[in-house]
Amino acid sequence: MAELVKEHSHGAGAVVPASSRAAQFASFDVDAFEVPGGREEIWRFTPLKRLRGLHSGAAADGAVTVSVEAADEVKVETVQRGDARLGTAGTPDDRIAAQAWSSFVDATVVTIPKEARPDTIFVKVAGPGAGKVAYGHLQVRAEQFAEAVVVVDHSGSGTYADNVEFIVGDGARLTVVSVQDWADDAVHVSSHHNKLGRDSTLRHTTITLGGDVVRLSPTVTYTERGGDAEMLGLYFADAGQHFENRTFVDHAVPNCKSNVVYKGALQGEGAHTVWIGDVLIRAAAEGTETFELNRNLILTDGARADSVPNLEIETGEIVSAGHASATGRFDDEQLFYLQARGIPEEQARRLVVRGFFHEILVKIGVPELRERLEAAIEAELEAVGA
Amino acid sequence: MATLEIKDLHVSVTADEVEKEILSGVNLTINAGETHAIMGPNGSGKSTLSYAIAGHPKYTVTSGQVLLDGEDVLEMSVDERARAGLFLAMQYPVEVPGVSMSNFLRTAATAVRGEAPKLRTWVKEVKTAMSDLDIDPAFAERSVNEGFSGGEKKRHEILQLGLLQPKIAILDETDSGLDVDALRVVSEGVNRYRASGEVGVMLITHYTRILNYIKPDFVHVFAGGKIVESGGPELADQLESEGYVRFTGKREEAVAQ
Repeated sequence: MAELVKEHSHGAGAVVPASSRAAQFASFDVDAFEVPGGREEIWRFTPLKRLRGLHSGAAADGAVTVSVEAADEVKVETVQRGDARLGTAGTPDDRIAAQAWSSFVDATVVTIPKEARPDTIFVKVAGPGAGKVAYGHLQVRAEQFAEAVVVVDHSGSGTYADNVEFIVGDGARLTVVSVQDWADDAVHVSSHHNKLGRDSTLRHTTITLGGDVVRLSPTVTYTERGGDAEMLGLYFADAGQHFENRTFVDHAVPNCKSNVVYKGALQGEGAHTVWIGDVLIRAAAEGTETFELNRNLILTDGARADSVPNLEIETGEIVSAGHASATGRFDDEQLFYLQARGIPEEQARRLVVRGFFHEILVKIGVPELRERLEAAIEAELEAVGA
Repeated sequence: MATLEIKDLHVSVTADEVEKEILSGVNLTINAGETHAIMGPNGSGKSTLSYAIAGHPKYTVTSGQVLLDGEDVLEMSVDERARAGLFLAMQYPVEVPGVSMSNFLRTAATAVRGEAPKLRTWVKEVKTAMSDLDIDPAFAERSVNEGFSGGEKKRHEILQLGLLQPKIAILDETDSGLDVDALRVVSEGVNRYRASGEVGVMLITHYTRILNYIKPDFVHVFAGGKIVESGGPELADQLESEGYVRFTGKREEAVAQ
């Protein structure tokens, strides 16, 4: 985009974070974490005062409603804590994730059996309601060679923290679209633990359009060679909204791939988005191929986008590693070109924004969902007259 | 009968807070049915003239007038100018990622024609127009100009010219960067447009080569931000043999690369 506020794109090893991501503390025990004060590296962008105590031990006084639409061959269970499968995709690595782990009452487990190829699975999560706090847990398991698309659709009001596990079995192909289409009051803090088996493929997309504060932390780990993770994100923050995405790809296994593409638009006073993209290539992860990109389009004054790619590389024996980040305003040359063909300015702006998000939306393989999201983005644009 | 009148046009750009005049009193009238070649050395202000008429925000008109059929073009927004019947084929067409060529063409045609073209006839119209310019149909689904070669971009500019059918077309160095085959295809596109109705063309070029394909009625030499000499096609022949040295005081070839 023109008028770049920040732009850099360069090769391996260019950015070394202050402390290694490998050293980040993780535990299932909430009391093992200090209550964050806001200065900690992982909390410094987050408005803790607006989290309604999720970080400091808020007790649950409500519950989310989870409903699952899936073909008969898909196994849907509600299980109690203590089920041995839970927590196998990853360990909470911040206090809210640990709080959610310690506080959920029951968990939903969705299993796509070996070699099954069911129709799209819809998991609907409705918030606990205004003024209520809830914790939750969801696990999706795609067994060996299974292929499935899972849409996790969040809506409603209230305050919610959860852990979501996506376990992709050997040779399985799982597509996940997590939609955060919350009401204006909602606060949602969520950790997604993605674990990829040998030669498995995960396409993980997050779409955040609504809520007061939404903080998502999707993490990818690989158990065996040949894992391929695509992490896509789209967010559109309006006045006063804080949307934070913290992706982490942990390359600890050789010959795996990852590609992270997060794109955001911001408009209105106090709209704030944060993207932290951590990639760690450990010494054993030879043959790694990774790229991460974040782009932000600022539509009005008063909005702020933070974008921090961190790439740590502990072996030189890799295929490629790179990152790019850019935040800018509308490209006047694009607008001029479209207008010079008779297209009115407002329509030209909408075309440019739609085009900006196109590469993410086009990969959402669920037509009715894609149409809904396109309409929602149009509505956002019309609201500000952009 | 469309007429574009440019009267004593002065245009400046501001760079590093310093205002610099690029056009210093341009006078030119283009009537429907006429093709005017504007020829001049690099840096003479030819492109500025085209962008100023189209309304690019970088250029400030400090005085003078531009009238299309008597209407004040300078009072119009960029898109209003296009809808009024002006078209600029750009020297450097802009990439618009994520917007497909087909969507763009249809949106533009809808805006310029005032109503959405009927889908069935539209598809055929675009297909024929693309085929006439030797454009692979696959380009319809690609993002506007993204990753196109220089020649592909120019063909698409002329594609838009044909579909939007403006009253007056300004072609800004449409010939630059084209090989002979592409130049022929693009020129044929321009000639089809000229033959399609009572339209006027301002053909801006550095070289005389394209004038072998698109015959001008008038040739103007542009130097130092204004027209310094006007004549018929014979003026182009003179430039071909003598270059711009007479107008600039320095040697610069006007002949083909």
